[in-house]
Amino acid sequence: MKKVGIARALFYYYYYPLWKTFFQEMGAEVLLSRETNKLTIQNGIDLAVDETCFPVKVYYGHVQELCRQNIDYLFLPRVVSIEPRSYICPKFMGLPDMIKASMLDLPPVIDMVIDVSINNKMLKREIERIGKIFGRRQGNASAAYDHGLAELEKCRALSRQGFTLREAVKIWEGDPLPPLPGPFDLNIGLLGHGYSLYDPVISMNIVHTLREMGCRLYFPEMLEMEDIEREAATLPKRVFWTLGRKMVGSSLQMEKDPRIDGIIYLASFGCGPDSMIGETIERKMKDKVYMLLTVDEHTGEAGLHTRLEAFCDMLRRRRSISHESYLSSHG
Amino acid sequence: MKVTFPHMGNACITINALLKGLNLEVITPPPISKKTFELGVKYSPEFACLPLKLNVGNFIEALEKGADTIVMAGGWGPCRFGYYAQVERDILKDLGYEFEIVILEAPDHQVSELVQQLKSLGNNISLWKAINTIHFAWMKLQAVETLEKELEFCLPRVIDKSLLQKIYQTALQDTDAACSRKKIQQILHQAVLEMREIPQSRQQIIKIGLVGEIYTILEPSSNYHLIDYMGYLGVEVTRAIYLSDWINDHLLGGWIKKSHNRHIIRSSQPYINYFVGGHGQQTIGYTVDFARRHYHGVIQIAPLTCMPEIVAHSILPRVSEAENIPVMTMYFDEHAGEAGIQTRLEAFVDMLRRKNRRQDNSKEA
Repeated sequence: MKKVGIARALFYYYYYPLWKTFFQEMGAEVLLSRETNKLTIQNGIDLAVDETCFPVKVYYGHVQELCRQNIDYLFLPRVVSIEPRSYICPKFMGLPDMIKASMLDLPPVIDMVIDVSINNKMLKREIERIGKIFGRRQGNASAAYDHGLAELEKCRALSRQGFTLREAVKIWEGDPLPPLPGPFDLNIGLLGHGYSLYDPVISMNIVHTLREMGCRLYFPEMLEMEDIEREAATLPKRVFWTLGRKMVGSSLQMEKDPRIDGIIYLASFGCGPDSMIGETIERKMKDKVYMLLTVDEHTGEAGLHTRLEAFCDMLRRRRSISHESYLSSHG
Repeated sequence: MKVTFPHMGNACITINALLKGLNLEVITPPPISKKTFELGVKYSPEFACLPLKLNVGNFIEALEKGADTIVMAGGWGPCRFGYYAQVERDILKDLGYEFEIVILEAPDHQVSELVQQLKSLGNNISLWKAINTIHFAWMKLQAVETLEKELEFCLPRVIDKSLLQKIYQTALQDTDAACSRKKIQQILHQAVLEMREIPQSRQQIIKIGLVGEIYTILEPSSNYHLIDYMGYLGVEVTRAIYLSDWINDHLLGGWIKKSHNRHIIRSSQPYINYFVGGHGQQTIGYTVDFARRHYHGVIQIAPLTCMPEIVAHSILPRVSEAENIPVMTMYFDEHAGEAGIQTRLEAFVDMLRRKNRRQDNSKEA
């Protein structure tokens, strides 16, 4: 049985159930890299160019780990665009070339191009091309891909209930439902690109930390796509980064939600879209407290904790003041 | 209506001609200075790339001078530039400035749309006049680029470099002021003659290709006057990007002159096999091209955190090895110290000279 290696980083968080189902139906075994750890990060930092953003460096580390395993193929998708007229980011578009340039002993690479910016004809061709690699007949791979999409939908249904994408993938793979932590006295909207937010090492475990501090978290994946798109459309120009538009729409929708006390945006240092989107959101946010956190490989966990604690304390005090007297919290 | 626009090297001469031809009153922002940097850095997002910060600085200085309309280009990604105008408008509005912003979105190879956009911006002018204006501006651009290329050729060779700079600067100013085609030709002819007459030294010339992000290449203050400095080191710099090429390829679909772009994209394979936004693919393609034309080295420049150039930067070491050409990458932001930049450039040039000498020696032996 052929073994296909998939890195547990970047679009793993958004698409793993689809990819796993697809390759299994192609008759392959899927091998996943381990959870991000110190070694992954060290390898990634050594291999990648200094100026790259942290999540991409981590991806290098995962790929390096896979190369040392006994795999027949390495799955390196080129995620250009996952919806019409939008892109992910230039680094995603060049990722297979970047990896190939910096690692010489790569196993055979399946560099599937995912580009539906104009139409999905190219994606269909790519699916059939990969089917052929595994010796499948015309149409066979497309059916497998459709099945993968159905599995992905199951996973997304879980994330709508309030599980992070990482937890959702685990539950989808058969782990028992984790007990929902609690009790909560604050409601916080937590935004960020899934591959940094839900990777506990990149995000310094921000999800767990906030839950421990008594915060019920609202993620962009819990909102309806229609609401996100409607809110994002209030900007004068359509945001052409898929994830960026999702973040703008989610934050505006969360601002309207009376249950939510405050919003935190986790950005990666050196992320191009974040540098523009973080700013746009900050300027739009008029009624709710908003904090932009930037992380990279040098961030100290203690510093992050302090800022989160201060943020929560501030929200609680604000609430108690507005309960006691009906004075405006702005003074 | 008093119109302003952002600086990008000598593009202001072309833009000036264009806007004036549309019967608009133009306020050119003051040349980029330390103050421009300070204003831009103060009000722009911390992690935005340098061109956005300098744009903001330009706009604030121009609005203070009385401009009330900003003309800015747009785009549809994936590079951040496509969203510049939006963020810049928000920043300036929040600062309390009153102005209109006209965003010229690069239409996909549709000249007619560009002409329409310019015509609607203009002050009651005919289509004929609009086309005429575009042609006149194009001529000025051509003249300016001939001057730039002449400067890049002569600077490493001539002995009296300050005289050369003086001729060049005067010619630029005269071109900006010129109002007839004949006059432009005269100025150009005269300047080129004068430049060629300056005595030249016989020092061996090192040839370097300059690749990277368009703004950093075109705007000298954003690359800390790298091309001039290289000239003083006796290095002839050939740029990968000239404004006229960019306009020809991206706005006019290549119908004004023969496009080189397809050849460059072909050269970039197999190192990079997909469009990555900005000039990422061209950076790789030109590096290969310079190597095959036996240049001594290549320097890649870009603003810090520039996404397409980071992709190219990650791939360049492999190109450098396979095509046997030394490559150096430099990122610029508002913190770049000039002395550090010069030291790096000197070291790179020294290395190239030594390598070159060694090759010559081994050939003789």
